[in-house]
Amino acid sequence: MLNALRSEMAARADQHVGLLAEFSDPGALLHAVEALRKRGYSRLDTFSPFPIHGMDRAMGLGPSLLGYLVFGGGATGALLGFLLQWWTSHVDYPINISNKPLFAWEPSIPIIFELTVLFSALTAVGGMLALNGLPKPYNPLFFSDRFARATDDGFFLHVQGRDPHFDRDTTADDLFAEGALAVEYVDHEGAHPVGRNGGEGASTPEPAAPPHTTGKI
Amino acid sequence: MATPTTLAPATDGVYKTLEDDPLVRGNLSFHDVTEMVAVHTEKRTPAAWLFWFAVALGGLSILGLSIAYLVWNGVGVWGLNVPVGWAFDITNFVFWVGIGHAGTLISAILFLFRQRWRTSINRAAEAMTLFAVACALIFPTFHVGRVWVVYWMLPIPNQMNMWPQFKSPLLWDVFAVSIYGTVSLIFWYVGLIPDLGTLRDRAAQVGRTTRAKIMGFFSLGWTGSNRHWRHYERAYLILAALSTPLVLSVHSVVSFDFAVSIVPGWHTTIFPPYFVAGAIFSGFAMVMTLMIVARRVYGLENLITVDHLEKMNIVILVTGTIVGFAYITEFFIAWYSGVIYEQFAFRNRAFGPYAWAYWIMMTCNLISPQVFWVKRFRRSIRISFILSIVVNIGMWFERFVIIVTSLHRDYLPSSWDYFVPTIWDFGMLIGSFGLFFTLFLLFLRFIPMVAIAEVKGVLPQADPHFYDGHHGDGAGEGEGFSLHRPGPSGVPYRADEGDDKR
Repeated sequence: MLNALRSEMAARADQHVGLLAEFSDPGALLHAVEALRKRGYSRLDTFSPFPIHGMDRAMGLGPSLLGYLVFGGGATGALLGFLLQWWTSHVDYPINISNKPLFAWEPSIPIIFELTVLFSALTAVGGMLALNGLPKPYNPLFFSDRFARATDDGFFLHVQGRDPHFDRDTTADDLFAEGALAVEYVDHEGAHPVGRNGGEGASTPEPAAPPHTTGKI
Repeated sequence: MATPTTLAPATDGVYKTLEDDPLVRGNLSFHDVTEMVAVHTEKRTPAAWLFWFAVALGGLSILGLSIAYLVWNGVGVWGLNVPVGWAFDITNFVFWVGIGHAGTLISAILFLFRQRWRTSINRAAEAMTLFAVACALIFPTFHVGRVWVVYWMLPIPNQMNMWPQFKSPLLWDVFAVSIYGTVSLIFWYVGLIPDLGTLRDRAAQVGRTTRAKIMGFFSLGWTGSNRHWRHYERAYLILAALSTPLVLSVHSVVSFDFAVSIVPGWHTTIFPPYFVAGAIFSGFAMVMTLMIVARRVYGLENLITVDHLEKMNIVILVTGTIVGFAYITEFFIAWYSGVIYEQFAFRNRAFGPYAWAYWIMMTCNLISPQVFWVKRFRRSIRISFILSIVVNIGMWFERFVIIVTSLHRDYLPSSWDYFVPTIWDFGMLIGSFGLFFTLFLLFLRFIPMVAIAEVKGVLPQADPHFYDGHHGDGAGEGEGFSLHRPGPSGVPYRADEGDDKR
């Protein structure tokens, strides 16, 4: 788990420099990811307005590690709930009432339960943000004007510049071959359109949107 | 393992729902959904909103005035006195907490049961939960009397060097309700992050920099990355799985406030499930009231369809009948127990001085929802709206009946009394509605009232297999082979074409 976390952290540095390609719909994006992985690319990411069913498998991502973190958080909460009630009534301020036991587990259950839930929930959110590297106010992808549609109706595939197979021109061609509508090279300077066969993006006429790009049935 | 391009046959539950009735109507595209919802947070403030906001602020100021008068003079300004030491305050507390429960039920329990119709209403229902819990917390907070030492309820070292009584259900309540509020808030916020990202990008595109910065701050740099969605979806699932037992525990603990005491009419083991059913019942009614108005005012009839309303009405019918069954069971147990105090308490409840309240409760909660056996009434917006208000009146009276009728006849007849509320009791009740609607109107104005990303996820075209073979009906087609999806220049192409070459 620690190694997985470490690789997660390492993957994060400078990961957004690379080629950003727009696709017409979730199906095209999914197929493009599969095709690019078959061509040997490994450092891919996709961006979509909603999670796409089957994309984790297409990208070869295993299950999220979050569950382990939450288990740890929940166990901490339960232990704390127990210690809080045991220590206050048994150690710090014991009151003998009719010689009843100073601490009993039965009436302690509700508060132990509530604190378990509280700590689990806070760990779930904190862990999710930590694993995702959020908050992240700066992201070079925001230089791309097209990329604003990733939260509306745009579907994007990103190939990291650190990918062993990455080459600005051939990778762009690969993306176009898989049906990309447009490709941009994004780095810390900004977003630079890339055309077919290494040409300038601006000279390439934008392909007409296929009829179902709008998503109408 | 099948590749994702291989279309699983009908065993794949997600795919199968595509064959069902559409969850949203009007053939909406992804962008249509964004537009329909986001535009209400971006346009100029409508005059009608300002009017209703002013009305709600009027209610809120009644609350402020009532609280100020109460804190200055003490809880004696309310109508409660021995033996009725709990009256409007605890009635209102249980009423509001109960309303909150429907939001969590919709956001968490229906999520776990894969009820995908919830996506249209969960955002607003969760917001309702938060605001209802905020209203609920006011009442026990000020009922303690000396509100400036309310922190004695928390396990914080204080000047008395004492700790709270951890064996008391009232303290469990402090933990349960405050943690419920906290978890509901973060659950709601996590659901909001992608939609705030949408608002941020929309604001940036039209050059509204300040708005984009505010939204950018709260959306935490969300990009919709699939690597993020992976952890995000897991976090959402875990929060749903945590909220489900939490919401059941909260109203169970609330019912322990009564059930653990020895007051006839309160001391019953049926209380936890009966309270939870009642909470869901009243909460769905409140969601119904709010949604019927919101879908009309904001033109969301295609997102919140009559099918959604019908499903909610079925929940109202089921839980209302459970609650009614519990009322009758209580009578049976009182008779069967042979305890004269129990028997008196229930006879007195139905035929004593507060019989009027009891029969309002019975009519509103058990009898009126039975009209929903008829499909035509379940799908009638007018009847749904009227019933939703009737149910909430009934559920408020349920708590009033349980609390006041059980207390007003003490074991000692010389203590018997008849509780009459004062103007400050009503001030707090009306004021809490003012607070609720103030918060809800702010929500409608500034926050996407429908979960944009989640609704997009249940559209038919969100399924990547929608594009394989013939639109929508994929069974038997799409073995990783698509002639339908045009390539870059409109030329049909095969997904695995490239693999053969390289």
